[in-house]
Amino acid sequence: MDLDLSPADVAFRDEVREWLREHVPREPLPSLETEEGFAAHRRWEQELHEARLSVVSWPEEFGGRGASLLQWVLFEEEYYAAGAPGRVSQNGIFLLAPTLFEHGTPDQQQRYLPRMAAGTDIWAQAWSEPEAGSDLASIRSTARRVDGGWLLSGQKTWSSRAAFADRAFGLFRSDPEAQRHRGLTYFLFPLDAEGVTVRPIGRIDGKPAFAELFLDDVFVPDEDVLGEVGEGWRVAMSTASNERGLTLRSPGRFLATAQRLTELPGALDDDRVVDAWIAAQAYRLATFETVTRVTEGGSLGAEASLNKLFWSELDVAMHETAWDLLGPDAEVSSWVEGYLFSLAGPIYAGTNEIQRNVAAERLLGLPRGSR
Amino acid sequence: MRFAPDREQQDMAATLRDLLADAGTARIARSWADGESAPWWEVWHQLAELGVTGLTVPPDRGGLGLGAVEMVLCLDQLGYAALPGPLVESLAFLPRLVPESPWLAELAEGQSVGTAVVAEHVPRALDADQAGAVFRSDGEEVRRLSGFRLQRAESVDPARRLFTVEHATAEPVAAADPGAAFDHGVLGCAAYLLGLGRRMLDTATEHVTQRHQFGRPVGEFQAVKHHLANVLLELEFARPLVWGACLSVDGPRGPRDVSAAKLAAGEAARTAARTALQVHGAIGYTAEHDLHLWLTKATALRTAWGTPAWHRARVARALATDTAPIGA
Repeated sequence: MDLDLSPADVAFRDEVREWLREHVPREPLPSLETEEGFAAHRRWEQELHEARLSVVSWPEEFGGRGASLLQWVLFEEEYYAAGAPGRVSQNGIFLLAPTLFEHGTPDQQQRYLPRMAAGTDIWAQAWSEPEAGSDLASIRSTARRVDGGWLLSGQKTWSSRAAFADRAFGLFRSDPEAQRHRGLTYFLFPLDAEGVTVRPIGRIDGKPAFAELFLDDVFVPDEDVLGEVGEGWRVAMSTASNERGLTLRSPGRFLATAQRLTELPGALDDDRVVDAWIAAQAYRLATFETVTRVTEGGSLGAEASLNKLFWSELDVAMHETAWDLLGPDAEVSSWVEGYLFSLAGPIYAGTNEIQRNVAAERLLGLPRGSR
Repeated sequence: MRFAPDREQQDMAATLRDLLADAGTARIARSWADGESAPWWEVWHQLAELGVTGLTVPPDRGGLGLGAVEMVLCLDQLGYAALPGPLVESLAFLPRLVPESPWLAELAEGQSVGTAVVAEHVPRALDADQAGAVFRSDGEEVRRLSGFRLQRAESVDPARRLFTVEHATAEPVAAADPGAAFDHGVLGCAAYLLGLGRRMLDTATEHVTQRHQFGRPVGEFQAVKHHLANVLLELEFARPLVWGACLSVDGPRGPRDVSAAKLAAGEAARTAARTALQVHGAIGYTAEHDLHLWLTKATALRTAWGTPAWHRARVARALATDTAPIGA
């Protein structure tokens, strides 16, 4: 049992640290949830890409550098410790890309991955619907077979950054006869296609990038079906496990927040600050345990639900603690955006109530049954 | 970087788990509490055959001379079994405190067990009437006590037989590093608490799967599921802190890291105890049910070897000057 880095890992980490020190913008970029901020963050993605740091874990042919899972975690730690901008491309690179690598055709990989790595295509996810949040199996949007492709219709909502994104990925019901999660198919489509209407929804912080999507007979060719027709649920679940588990929230973000928390006036007199710092360390160490298991051929299963519960509740706790420490200045402080964002954590990527059920049923083996 | 026990370490833990399961440790805990020590010593001799009693004893005293990782994995299993006795003292603390003591050979062979009074945090010697060696660690001063008179004090956990020690003589002994030894004791206690917590979770899980109410297994109810998921969550994120502290316990950040581990493990075990009791209903509140053997021990150990407040304050003091990661 060790946490020792090989010389190659140390060299990688040092290179990342050095590059970030020279390139991270001195002034924070405007919020990526605004049009101006979205554009600024897209330019930042392009700058990262030029240094081949936008998708370090991907194969070189798609714009990565074949970094190991451990190196990716190290990259993330350095990235957040350096105060680097949020990743406007994260839906694509963390949620869609793993699915493309696993289920995409060589043609799809060639068409989409390099553009994603370069920040040319920014992707939005089109999972949720007004009647289907954590219960994705109750999706109602449809895909109707036509010559050479499909016509997508219906409504998608709570789509992060869709107001300014270029393309979207999501599930549609391609077989209306099939039960629940059978009969869903995974589609990729451009947001400027004919028949797509994007309606921004002001988020809790008033930022306009959140959106709902209306699709009215949007044509998608067969080559933009990801995975097999009717297998969309299974294909999507491989993404969802990634989302809840490692890739959405690597420890770097929480370590950086915990560090900022300890630096607030009077912080170390507050028990909650000490507990939050310890919890962020626990998450980091748990991640190294997962990295060890995955590197040795294991997979990330229902443990992803525990991860999601842990980071989302830690994030809220840390921001609430900061709020109390800052007192009347909190509402005008630099913690506002993070605070509001943290409140969404227990909701998105599958609500924490659902994750607790998953943990109890799949990790402890408790009986399923009515809710 | 490989942050997981290796095969040999996993095998050692699994062997120990099987041995303890076969031994029927709940029965042993009850007899130990009643002052019948023979069944306990039988297990202790079996542990000696596995090498556990000399786990951290230096090889030149007949031990295996293994490190914190093995110590933690074994104490985790001993906690899972709730085996009573001065285990943290004998397996984690004393071999570090007095590594040159000839008595360690008796410990390694399984002929003896040791206990200690540790200034401020362990005021009463656990199971001193059964111990072949009783030490007192007070700051830098370490003494072996003899000619003592023991005054029994009842613990919340009947199987923790605590004694106030009045002694005739206190012979100074060569001590290695009392501070480091204390930190190994804290780490060992954290590991034992993890095991206790996991056992209470497993017991509770089994109970709610079998127990039916309103025509359904209790474990089908979402409220019950969420209780148990919370326990799992706390335990699963306390464990890496215990493992991480193994890597730094002998370095400058040892005190900070073992305190974080003890704090997290103690709080997780507390949550496990409260939840296990709640989902067992009134049966869990009876002396007939074994749950209380684990529950009362977790309650006692949460405040032994440093209270949560003391450990939290120690982490806070360290963070004022050093926020380097745990395990570094």
